[in-house]
Amino acid sequence: MSAALLAPPAKDIGCAEAPVLRERGQREVFCGLTGIIWLHRKIQDAFFLIVGSRTCAHLMQSAAGVMIFAEPRFATAIIDERDLAGLADANEELDRVVAQLLSRRPDIKLLFLVGSCPSEVIKLDLSRAAQRLNVTHAPGVRVLNYSGSGIETTFTQGEDACLAALVPEMRPAATRSLLVVGALAEVVEDQLRRLFEALGIGPVTFLPPRRAADLPGVGPNTRMLLAQPFLAETARLLEARGAQRLAAPFPLGAEGTTAWLQAAATAWGVDPTLFRSVTAAGEARAAVALARHRDQLAGKRIFFFPDSQLEIPLARFLARELGMVPVEVGTPYLHRQHLAEELALLPAGTRLSEGQHVDRQLDRCREARPDLVVCGLGLANPLEAEGFATKWSIELVFTPIQGYDQAGDLAELFARPLVRRTRLMV
Amino acid sequence: MQLAVWTYEGPPHVGAMRIATAMEGLHYVLHAPQGDTYADLLFTMIERRAKRPPVTYTTFQARDLGGDTAELFKNAAREAFERFRPQAMIVGASCTAELIQDDPGGLAKALALPIPVIPLELPSYQKKENWGAAETFYQLVRALAGPHAPPPGTRRSPGPVCNILGPTALGFRHRDDLAEITGLLGRMGVRINVAAPLGATPHDLTRLGEADFNVVLYPEIAGQAAAWLGRTFGQKATKTIPIGSNATREFIAEVAALAGLDAAPILAAETSRAAWYARSVDSNYLTGKRVFVFGDASHAIAAARMAAEEIGFTIVGLGTYSREYARDVRDAAKSHGIEALVTEDYLEVEAAIQGLQVELILGTQMERHIAKRLGIPCAVISSPVHVQDYPARYSPQMGFEGANVLFDTWVHPLMMGLEEHLLGMFREDFEFHGEAAPSHLGGAVTERQATAVVVAGPATWATEAEKELGKIPFFVRGKARRNTERYASERGIGTITIETLYDAKAHFAR
Repeated sequence: MSAALLAPPAKDIGCAEAPVLRERGQREVFCGLTGIIWLHRKIQDAFFLIVGSRTCAHLMQSAAGVMIFAEPRFATAIIDERDLAGLADANEELDRVVAQLLSRRPDIKLLFLVGSCPSEVIKLDLSRAAQRLNVTHAPGVRVLNYSGSGIETTFTQGEDACLAALVPEMRPAATRSLLVVGALAEVVEDQLRRLFEALGIGPVTFLPPRRAADLPGVGPNTRMLLAQPFLAETARLLEARGAQRLAAPFPLGAEGTTAWLQAAATAWGVDPTLFRSVTAAGEARAAVALARHRDQLAGKRIFFFPDSQLEIPLARFLARELGMVPVEVGTPYLHRQHLAEELALLPAGTRLSEGQHVDRQLDRCREARPDLVVCGLGLANPLEAEGFATKWSIELVFTPIQGYDQAGDLAELFARPLVRRTRLMV
Repeated sequence: MQLAVWTYEGPPHVGAMRIATAMEGLHYVLHAPQGDTYADLLFTMIERRAKRPPVTYTTFQARDLGGDTAELFKNAAREAFERFRPQAMIVGASCTAELIQDDPGGLAKALALPIPVIPLELPSYQKKENWGAAETFYQLVRALAGPHAPPPGTRRSPGPVCNILGPTALGFRHRDDLAEITGLLGRMGVRINVAAPLGATPHDLTRLGEADFNVVLYPEIAGQAAAWLGRTFGQKATKTIPIGSNATREFIAEVAALAGLDAAPILAAETSRAAWYARSVDSNYLTGKRVFVFGDASHAIAAARMAAEEIGFTIVGLGTYSREYARDVRDAAKSHGIEALVTEDYLEVEAAIQGLQVELILGTQMERHIAKRLGIPCAVISSPVHVQDYPARYSPQMGFEGANVLFDTWVHPLMMGLEEHLLGMFREDFEFHGEAAPSHLGGAVTERQATAVVVAGPATWATEAEKELGKIPFFVRGKARRNTERYASERGIGTITIETLYDAKAHFAR
């Protein structure tokens, strides 16, 4: 073990200027198609049609055990040999498949054509296909497109691409409003809505909406708060529509949630006394919930493999509110601007890595011998078999973790594998 | 282009991964974009293997496409060799890499690695997982065992040494089947030369020619390799899939003939508890239950046979997603007096099940979902698999112990015999009624639904007759309704009474 890893972090500096280890090689991450797993539950009248290969279809049914949804609102138009023979044919085939799908599912109001690696490589133009299909199926169905391909997107970037496709659909809005960007669990959305109401901030809208028809408006008086750290393209397009991003850490943990709300409160000129009175109760509840897990987690060393881009905010929360020691924080893509506030709060001396060369990263992990490893499904059991406690990162994407009242749940997700080890005697 | 909600099989490179992951000392370098690594979780999560699959993915991205993806492949292959030091390597492309035509085989050859490197051509837009597994195994066998082929015309004397071919990673109970059949062959006095691919090394494959004959457990995976071994080394191969007591007995006889042994002593010594349980009086209630079977060809055919011959079920549907073996399944279906269903569309399977008043489904994880939705008991007999298909306990499908496992697995989801009788007697009881779940399977007791008066077709149901219909078990109620209505309309009966119902029952009695 290297001495540098044991050095106590110099708390006042943070990681704002920290060097980043950039790696290329095998990446043990999902592609952007996987975002469909939560997006199709979130937007309840949308359907996601992947235009891809058998591999894409197989990924979707294997990735998250989604077979629990008997007939989900996603499917794959599997490209076959005949389509590869000529592109005109592929377009006609796509029109036929869409017509077949829409006749089976008359409840669909919004159809996303989702590009994949093969559709990108053969340059099947899904934006033109969407335009064409819009004419055919208007006004009942709106057809949009985005790419969830692995050659362009990593896991949560699929949500970014999907939301970016929605931005041009948003009506212009002149009134001052707060737009919360990024898919959140409904329970979290409702909690945040109540907090903003108590602070007198509003109107508040959410992207994505629960139903396609409820798409919010955007304009120069829109102020946006990113609820997720992986929305680079969506934020860029919203800014181009006039929206102003309120820079803040992400609403993970009590500290993150308060800072996130503070950004909006400052923009709305909320009275500091009111702000304190509204946030104090949530902070107090979070503190009680977190205290239950601190003994288990404090001083424990944690290693993040890249997965969802949530790694840096999570590491900040675990370090500052639970006393964990981040050894390495890997992320598929590091957006310096959106994460500036987070990086400043991350303990100095934390190793940051971007991209992945999985074998080298495993070597570093084995050398560092962390107490807990956060990694994807392909690595978790092999690392457990080597003696490491692991936390599968995908659960962090599928569980409500944002806001005061989920801070304890979030801590518990990290404590559980460690608690389990103290119980098991096999 | 084909609209797919679920797929029965993955792409062919996943078949290749199943071979590579089953073996030791083999490494697979796969030219593939970011995201294709999802396939690792099939092995680490669903099968709960403790090791990562021995696969290196090149992980190319959009920005590499304009540049040198070929160089990326060469670096990945070189690094994989240096890091893992395999005895042999297989190289190939996933669906996207196939489109960019980098020729992984040629690139790997240019590296001049000091080990055998076997290129795979797996057409992703044409073929599927099982084909990919079969092709990969065949290419490996040919490349590694081929150089040891004897000169043509060499005679081979029969002897009790065999290879076992077919079990892979992520197979349906392959691990336990291999153990069961290894034990059976051992008790017969047949020595195992190599079992492959599961647990074999590339070096083991070079010795395949040293056996006298081959035991093929899964023709979908090992059929092609076994045929080549037959041509090259004159090794005969078993044809019987030893699933069910009868098939196991035939398998023993077949092996004995190939090994030049007397099958009689082993047939006398081996017993099956399942066969006795089926004959026991307690199993009477299983007679003629309507069963729908769907799976890969080998498992579906074998399950249908065991269900009919060894449990006394009636096969009302038999189908497969393995188009390569459609003919075999059609022949088997004919022997049960039905038409086979050959499809990869699970919605078609669902429609078939709905139309057949099925009392038990023997299918895959797809059919388990269909069964759940339709409220029909179900047992899983074939891939595609789920984490539950890798039980901690020993649970083979093959051999006599396999027959015992199947008997339990198929009978368990059904209502128990006495319970079914009580249901027949006390149909008005608030707990024992047609909609109640089997008592040993837990689940809440469902409340009886009030029967609405239904006006159907030309004949109208009298309220009393409708109520009586409600006393008929739910899984045959639809059929009883249709038969009675047909009986009434054929005889110009306007109102269906209780008498009409029982007249129709007598008329259509099997």
